[in-house]
Amino acid sequence: MTAPLIGPDRVALDRDEEIARLREIARRIRVETVRTIHATRVGHLGGSLSEADILAALYFRVLRIRPSEPGWPERDRFVLSKGHSAVGLYAAMALRGYLPVEELVTFDALGTRLQGHPDMTRLPGLDMSTGSLGMGLSAAVGMALGLRLQGNPARTYALVGDGECQEGAVWEAAFVAARYRLASLTAIVDHNRLQQHGWQGAAFEDRLPPHEPGELVRKWEAFGWNVLEIDGHDMGAIVDAFDRLPDPDGRPSVIVANTRKGHGLSFTEGRYDSHTKVPTDAEFALALAELGEPSSGEGAPA
Amino acid sequence: MTLPMGRPMREVFGETVAALADEDPRVVMLDGDLGVSTKGEIFQRAHPERYLQMGLAEQNMLGVAAGLASVGLIPFISTFVAFAVIRPLDQIRVLIAQPGLNVKITAGYAGLFTGMAGKSHQVVDDISIMRAMPGMVTVSPADDVEAAAVIRYAAVHEGPIYVRLVRDATQRLFDESYRFEFGRAVVVREGRDVTLISTGAQTPRVVDAAELLAAEGIDAHVVHVPTIKPLDEEAIVTAAARTGFVITVEEHTVLGGLGGAVAETLSEHRPTRVKRLGIQDAFGESAPNDALLEMFGLSAARVADQVRGLLGAA
Repeated sequence: MTAPLIGPDRVALDRDEEIARLREIARRIRVETVRTIHATRVGHLGGSLSEADILAALYFRVLRIRPSEPGWPERDRFVLSKGHSAVGLYAAMALRGYLPVEELVTFDALGTRLQGHPDMTRLPGLDMSTGSLGMGLSAAVGMALGLRLQGNPARTYALVGDGECQEGAVWEAAFVAARYRLASLTAIVDHNRLQQHGWQGAAFEDRLPPHEPGELVRKWEAFGWNVLEIDGHDMGAIVDAFDRLPDPDGRPSVIVANTRKGHGLSFTEGRYDSHTKVPTDAEFALALAELGEPSSGEGAPA
Repeated sequence: MTLPMGRPMREVFGETVAALADEDPRVVMLDGDLGVSTKGEIFQRAHPERYLQMGLAEQNMLGVAAGLASVGLIPFISTFVAFAVIRPLDQIRVLIAQPGLNVKITAGYAGLFTGMAGKSHQVVDDISIMRAMPGMVTVSPADDVEAAAVIRYAAVHEGPIYVRLVRDATQRLFDESYRFEFGRAVVVREGRDVTLISTGAQTPRVVDAAELLAAEGIDAHVVHVPTIKPLDEEAIVTAAARTGFVITVEEHTVLGGLGGAVAETLSEHRPTRVKRLGIQDAFGESAPNDALLEMFGLSAARVADQVRGLLGAA
């Protein structure tokens, strides 16, 4: 067993130590993600790897949550709008203490709490059920509005995909959130620049990004949001972005996190077909090596 | 002879949700820019801080409702059936019905009466769609008295509920002593010759049809089904057994709606001849209400004609 990675009651760290701590958590999210998908032969790998650094920052620094009291009324809310990247979320939640890490291998099994797409009726700690793209931000708008109406100081966060930002309902939610000046609402776009199949480029294997470079930032700005654009794999930049919230001008905020699909593994990074890639045994062993994780003889983790 | 007119359900909607909000601080209203039409404006005047204009963005509105419910509020939806159910159907399915979130889909302009707006606004298949959805319940009140009771019930119902409300004044079937019971059908006329089963604002017209038939010596048994799901199967079976011939009448498609639900129940529990009257797999169109009822065979006189013909052919 490795040392527990507990958030609120940890000793105060300086910035470098904090970033190193979060980077280690992100590494472990990636390890557990690959381990789960290799073991269960199912899951969305590419998007879970691109979101891992963001989830590490959220679950281990940003979100005010109590894993032992998942229904705590004043908890910050989190919605995984890109619900297909659930494996990465479950890995983060397991490391944070919402479920045993050993439970991750029940992903997608009959009767599991770890549904292919998040099901709030199954797993305490999930604030919304998602899976159909373009919806989660609307639910987050409702949470932020409702919490504000009730005088509840909790903040609301939604992680949205860049492909998902092709859904019209995302922009309905963006419009309404700006209209209500929901400063307590933060969207994070996992801008990994690949979607499930996408538009073909020069060759069949080439894929054009879901949005032209720079386009997403302009779109969110046009909808009246406070926009922060960062390298979504630079933990220092992630921490700094969250630390600059909420917007002093009272607008909802969006962090456009430029990421790479399948980030962290040589055989998935930047590949559109990492979307639902299941690693072979050899790839799994390679993945553990690349992630700096010791492995036992048969390729299973120690 | 015919039932008197009641008040428009939409006025009852605005007043009743406003009164609920007086009593319960968790009650909020989400409006899809139709507060003038749905009479959500009555709520808006009473509780401006809890009236949440969502603009013309109904997919988002139903998603916002899910979020509001998830933090403990009780959102009521103010828009038309077309935009409360059909357009945001996937949001209802994924964000509301499956998680069982406490959203009140109180939709106006149900059925054919849409102020002559026509086919785009006349949803003829909402009962079929919503009764088929797991986790959803569907209620279609007959008149203003029952509508008020159903809206009051919706506030205390735990979980999502779909309530169909009619734009215009409808005939009043019930007096103020009526008590709505969720999941229960109501025998509104005792008879021996044929069982007529209806729902929503069609029920008063069926009662009038029964009176026309009575003048000719045909004694119809009339059952009103406000709660289409969960269906009061025992009442349906009992009513069928009473006459041995069931005719369903609905201001809705005959495919999968009340008639479908009744036929499913009887074929499983008491095989009985069932004839389904209603809209025969067609869209609506803009026309005065009375003309629409004639066209689709839903006026009291046209229902009576059809029942008479079916009994003659039996």
